[in-house]
Amino acid sequence: MTTTADTPQTPEATAPSQGKPGGGLRGRLDSLPKPVRWAVLALLVAGAYLLPYAADVPVLGPQLVTEGIDWASALFNVSYFVLLALGLNVVVGFAGLLDLGYVGFYAVGAYTVALLASGDSVFGTKWTWLATIPIAIAIALFSGLILGWPTLRLRGDYLAIVTLGFAEIIRITADSTPDFLRGDQGFTGIPHPPGTFSDGTPVFGVRDATPYFWLGVTIIIIVVLALRNLERSRVGRSWLAIREDEEAAEVMGVRTVKYKLWAFAIGACVGGLGGVLFAGQNGFVNSAMFQLQLSILVLAGVVMGGSGNMAGAILGGALISYIPDRLRGTQILDRDAYEYRYLLFGVIIILIMIFRPQGLIPSRRRALELKDRAREVAPQ
Amino acid sequence: MNFSNLFSQFGELTVTGLAQGAIIALFALGYTLVYGVLRLINFAHSEVFTVGAFTAVLTWGAFGLDQDSRTPGLGGFVGYLLIGLLVAAAASAATAVVIELVAYRPLRRRNAPPLAFLITAIGASIAISEFVGVLTHRNNKGVPRLLTQEPVFRIADGRVTNLQILIVVVALAMMIGLDFFINRTRLGRGIRAVSQNPDSAALMGVNKNRVISLVFLLGGLMAGVAAIMYLLKIGNVRYDNGLYLGVEAFSAAVLGGIGNLRGALLGGFVLGVFENYVSGLFGTQWHSVGAFVLLVVLLMFRPTGLLGESLGRARA
Repeated sequence: MTTTADTPQTPEATAPSQGKPGGGLRGRLDSLPKPVRWAVLALLVAGAYLLPYAADVPVLGPQLVTEGIDWASALFNVSYFVLLALGLNVVVGFAGLLDLGYVGFYAVGAYTVALLASGDSVFGTKWTWLATIPIAIAIALFSGLILGWPTLRLRGDYLAIVTLGFAEIIRITADSTPDFLRGDQGFTGIPHPPGTFSDGTPVFGVRDATPYFWLGVTIIIIVVLALRNLERSRVGRSWLAIREDEEAAEVMGVRTVKYKLWAFAIGACVGGLGGVLFAGQNGFVNSAMFQLQLSILVLAGVVMGGSGNMAGAILGGALISYIPDRLRGTQILDRDAYEYRYLLFGVIIILIMIFRPQGLIPSRRRALELKDRAREVAPQ
Repeated sequence: MNFSNLFSQFGELTVTGLAQGAIIALFALGYTLVYGVLRLINFAHSEVFTVGAFTAVLTWGAFGLDQDSRTPGLGGFVGYLLIGLLVAAAASAATAVVIELVAYRPLRRRNAPPLAFLITAIGASIAISEFVGVLTHRNNKGVPRLLTQEPVFRIADGRVTNLQILIVVVALAMMIGLDFFINRTRLGRGIRAVSQNPDSAALMGVNKNRVISLVFLLGGLMAGVAAIMYLLKIGNVRYDNGLYLGVEAFSAAVLGGIGNLRGALLGGFVLGVFENYVSGLFGTQWHSVGAFVLLVVLLMFRPTGLLGESLGRARA
């Protein structure tokens, strides 16, 4: 024993910090009257919709805009990554279940659209994009239930490996069934979302990704509203209880398996929706798009942003997509900086967990949980 | 489904499955040791393997061996094998200990929730594998052919090659050594004590942090040896091989009962052989699907694995 870790604790450190609003930007935001808070929120939303025109802002704009990829496409990428992060946040952040195969649900959503709408599909149904959405979400939900039903009874840490296996099974199946899921060759000609301008040109074309971004933002807003209500319902409180102490929750009468299944299914729905959006914009889906590393990238986003907090998940999801896209076109050691994205976020995960485990925009309750645990620690 | 293929090659599939299983089992020991003591799935263990494998390939390269060089004689083979084993085991063990010090120890000091450990482990895993991937341009790296594989004898219709015998013998020797170390030595008793009850062990004067480092070191040694066996068997290596083999190794550890050393051995062999049967039946691309399905089915019906879990009662 060389260090003395157990220095006497200051009154500030032990005083309960619940009840009063915390300091910083968020504390100040919370103390504002409700109409002002709504106005701030409305401004943020309007700002999000105006992002495609960021390049026109003097001085700041050109710094913000991506160089290696056109700005509208980069924004669209941000929108579906945010959607994925929001979905994974339900599983990891709200319910505290580690899902390493989240990309599996995203793949299920994208492949359902491809199978029902693409001309390459064995079904030959050629539905419109809009018509596939309910089916895609239903199948994603169903796959979440199928995966969750046997595995959620297991100890938490086995879940990680089983979910990872699930995503791998989907990828391997896509890779190895050239007649059904078409492997590397993929599905082409997936229809775009409907709608035309008065002059007959389609709203959702091939050239400009801006309308897709707006569609993405709209879907995100709907998802956020739905999840926010859910979080404050009986279901959300059950998730919180499970996350903090599963055994205690069970003893207090929370049906843990049922609510964990809920979290899984809802997360799967949002992931499937992300896949639907992606397939509708890209028009092409193949097995190479659903690598294991993608799941981990999304996890990095949730953890970095602040798991358990939707604002954090949105920020994290945006960053994991924006930073690599912004780096595209920059050469580091003879290679495009985009190549380093998984390396970068792997390191970021470790640093965040060590130095700021609550994330960039923490969930307040989660931060308290962490502080509680740190106080309980036995002196080493 | 190709039943005639499965039955006509049954012996062959079993023999190659056992060799593959021996590698998986060695690799699985690292997961099982760490889990037994820390109750943590050390996802980064797969990169411990990768680092060992690439260090060995680089070392052989420094001796002027590459995938096109001529196969050395028996003396040369033994020499290069020993060098490879030493280097890989040292590199893997060092990697494992460094991961523990850098990534996990700060979390332990803060009593972080289990999820934080798991997420950190994944971060470490992806960071190291991508680092290797960037360095190697994500290409397959060829391994020098140290040994000409030739059949030595046959069991039923299965040919047994000299390499397969070597792999199984080395793996068994390492495992017997480890088993002896855990069950019969003073340090091993420390490991068992910490895995049974960390706080009581600490009160009895066991240095917990040193035991944890030791466990990572042992797991790393085993992974390094597994890496050499893998290189000899497969003949090339890629930055993400460890990641995928690691998932299989972890499945093997769970299959046998995680935390149980002999369970990891059994789990490795069962998994290796089962995967090979699945390959024979459906085609090689499905072999890891077989592993996952086996894992899920087993966890549903026997969540503690075949031999039950616990490093503390490793004599079971």
